[in-house]
Amino acid sequence: MLTGIITVEAYYGFSVKRTQLAPNCRRTGGENSFSNMSENQSQDFVIRFAGEGGQGLVTSADAMARAAANAGYYVSTFSTFPSQIMGGPASSQVRISNTPVLCSGDNVDVLVSLDEYAYNNHRHDLSENGVAIYNSGEFELPGGGQYFGIDADELAKSTGNTRAANMVTIGAVANLIGFSLEEIDAFITQRFTRGRPGDEEIIESNKQAIRLGADVAANSGFSVGTLAAPIPPDYDQIMITGNAALALGAVTAGVDFYAGYPISPATTILVWMEQNLVGPGRFAHQVSSEIEAISAIVGAGYAGKKSMTATAGPGLSLMSEGIGLAWMAEIPCVVVDVQRGGPSTGLPTKSEQSDLLLCLNPGHGDMSIPILAPGSVEECFDAGALAVNWAERYQGPVILMSEFGQAEKGENIRRPELADVKVERRSIYEGSNGYARYQSWNGEGLSPMPIPGGPGAYVANGSEHDERGDTTHLPRHHIRLTERRFKKLDLLGDAHYEIENEGAIAMIMSWGSSKGPAREAYERLRESGADVGWLYSMALNPLPDEMKSALERANLVIVPELNYTGQWSAVLRQHGYRAESVTQYTGLPFKPATLVDRIGARLAELRAEKGMVLA
Amino acid sequence: MSKRNPEYDFVWCPGCGDFGVRRALEWALERHVAEHEIPQSNYVIVAGIGCSGNMVHLMEGDQPFGLHGIHGRTLPLSFGVKMGRPDIETVVVAGDGDFLAIGGEHIGPAAARNVDVTCVVMDNGVYGLTKGQSSPTTEMGAMTSSTPYGKVETQMMPLKYYLTIGVSYIASHYSSKPRDLANCIQDAMNHKGFSIVHVQSPCTTYNDTYDILKGNRRKGIPGIAWEVPEDHDPSSRQSAEDLLDRPGIPLGLIYQEDRPTLQDQVDKIAESNPNRQPEQILATYAI
Repeated sequence: MLTGIITVEAYYGFSVKRTQLAPNCRRTGGENSFSNMSENQSQDFVIRFAGEGGQGLVTSADAMARAAANAGYYVSTFSTFPSQIMGGPASSQVRISNTPVLCSGDNVDVLVSLDEYAYNNHRHDLSENGVAIYNSGEFELPGGGQYFGIDADELAKSTGNTRAANMVTIGAVANLIGFSLEEIDAFITQRFTRGRPGDEEIIESNKQAIRLGADVAANSGFSVGTLAAPIPPDYDQIMITGNAALALGAVTAGVDFYAGYPISPATTILVWMEQNLVGPGRFAHQVSSEIEAISAIVGAGYAGKKSMTATAGPGLSLMSEGIGLAWMAEIPCVVVDVQRGGPSTGLPTKSEQSDLLLCLNPGHGDMSIPILAPGSVEECFDAGALAVNWAERYQGPVILMSEFGQAEKGENIRRPELADVKVERRSIYEGSNGYARYQSWNGEGLSPMPIPGGPGAYVANGSEHDERGDTTHLPRHHIRLTERRFKKLDLLGDAHYEIENEGAIAMIMSWGSSKGPAREAYERLRESGADVGWLYSMALNPLPDEMKSALERANLVIVPELNYTGQWSAVLRQHGYRAESVTQYTGLPFKPATLVDRIGARLAELRAEKGMVLA
Repeated sequence: MSKRNPEYDFVWCPGCGDFGVRRALEWALERHVAEHEIPQSNYVIVAGIGCSGNMVHLMEGDQPFGLHGIHGRTLPLSFGVKMGRPDIETVVVAGDGDFLAIGGEHIGPAAARNVDVTCVVMDNGVYGLTKGQSSPTTEMGAMTSSTPYGKVETQMMPLKYYLTIGVSYIASHYSSKPRDLANCIQDAMNHKGFSIVHVQSPCTTYNDTYDILKGNRRKGIPGIAWEVPEDHDPSSRQSAEDLLDRPGIPLGLIYQEDRPTLQDQVDKIAESNPNRQPEQILATYAI
């Protein structure tokens, strides 16, 4: 259970003070998680497929996820791979649970290793009772361990369908976790019923493959438990990734212009838009650089479109000046930053939350860009829509921060009711010419924006300007316009927020995709009786008004975040709040157990301090 | 100051070539409005940064919409305007530094897309606003404030560059003949596709080339500008290449090619791919 923490320490020498481990921490799957469950029933399992890129690892995890989702379970996938087209160490995992899944979980219950390197690389993540399945067509392991071999390729051949090797493995996994083979059959039937002559044969061979794999697992004598019966939700679901949910949310709110440049992990948004944003009045295009992308969406936003681009850190760096133009000239547009790791080219296919300070102030000069950072696949949809609405409402650029960790994470989430999505449109000027577009503003009813083709022709100006848009360097204009630009942020204080157990000795406030593991850690800490509270909002700038007062009252805010410098707690301290970070910079998401341990230790210190004061 | 705003913080130096270009652009816009009966409000001028970019504020008469953005990015900004709003007539005004140096990377893509945007490039062979540094079109060996020992890079040949990189309408002119230049800009605006009117627009302060362009009999300077011969075939790439091999500055249309614009291509895709509404997209994720 401490594997994750030890690994982190070994790499980076964290000084975790183990004064006290949080008691009664719940392990993820593989053993009895809840006392009210029968002896061998478990709430959730993490299954990881490891090998080389291009071996169908993602396909396997995805198939497992879809079969489980169809059966009524909650699922969450997570993949990690090198930045290359084929090959290189990669893995893809799925967490299956009968309650909503908040994150990728802790340790692995079943590890499928397609080569020896993968086995050696991942075996440390196996939970105590975890079982490894290794590809015996590729390598052998000495007897006596918690593992068994399976030659999936050879077994697949015997079904007459050499492409069914993944299904052999899935069958073995299903047997180990007590997942019904019939549910997988149903998935196979659904997947391969494509109205082609060979469908029936393919379905049969795949079903056979499942059983061959299950038999090997049954004969191995191993089991990691039995997945508890699903508790299907009473609402419709969709299976979607973070990036797709984000794009769908944005388009639902009316995005009709997209320009982007390929960059991991934001490329899938470009591909999605190219696919879907077609037809009259809609436009999506791959341009020649991020500089072109930001300029294009500013031009389109100026011309009246709801425009958007998506990029990652390196591209965001190039967009700095263009975002400043949108802020200065007051042009609505949405920039998505799907964060990856490190400065420069960094870690293109790893997860980190280290762009926050850049996003808050992405260019030169005084500015403060509105930021939304969704904390789950479901929130990606909401954030996509809200970002567009915010841009329209305050007439300026909005940055939506996501991360690799949730960009391609597939989850079955509540099917959004598109008709319920609020769609805002900027206030458009309809008067006569000679309009002062940037006139003084008292905080209510922001001055309407003229749109080319309509009345009120003006110059949208990136140079400091007067109320008409004409360049001026006079102090009174610079003072007035600077204040106007910041004052507009007051229009954005309406975001949703979460506050629980206020008055605790410390409040956990995570952001972005660290919300999931932080929330799971929070729940485990609360279960164990810890005096800790919860603060969360996807709106980081500006913070919801109620959030600000809660932050003011907090004794200490603990921020789990995936960066070295503790960026969000630094921002909170800058605002005058008492905050500190729990950081991790491995390129991987937090494990809840890591957070339980580290936050638990900090809480113990706080209690001790408080006790000393009282004494 | 500008005519309508005494507080406007910018002036062109006396004799600046940009005055002539402004007159020509105003005429071209007026005529284009009359010719196509498009309201003035359907025109957007996207301006670069530099002396020439201030054109957008200094225009007199009825005001078109303007977007005075950031240095070097007139082409992608205008791409956004035009592809977002195909009904908007989009004109770029920029200088040689803005368009060819910092913004040079955008010319190729704009040409490849054949975006229906007209560019009026004012070339004075120097960075004027920052007080006299060398630009891509500054002659090799020239002494400027940033090349105190002489410019060590070769002089860029923008017309040849445009032709090579696939610009579908290329004209060359100078600021001293605003009537002819107005015709040329109007022509370029009528061209379906990406058009560039490259204008020699001298800087009287840092690089006064009037005599060199027009000639000065009194000083015995012959003048390097020459009219494009009437028998030149602008639809022939070879003829355009031959024309540009001649020394000096040609005045007139160099090259024009009719090929589909980006909007034409987008419309074609839209015909065979129906507009997918969010509900239809959502349905693909159902389980």
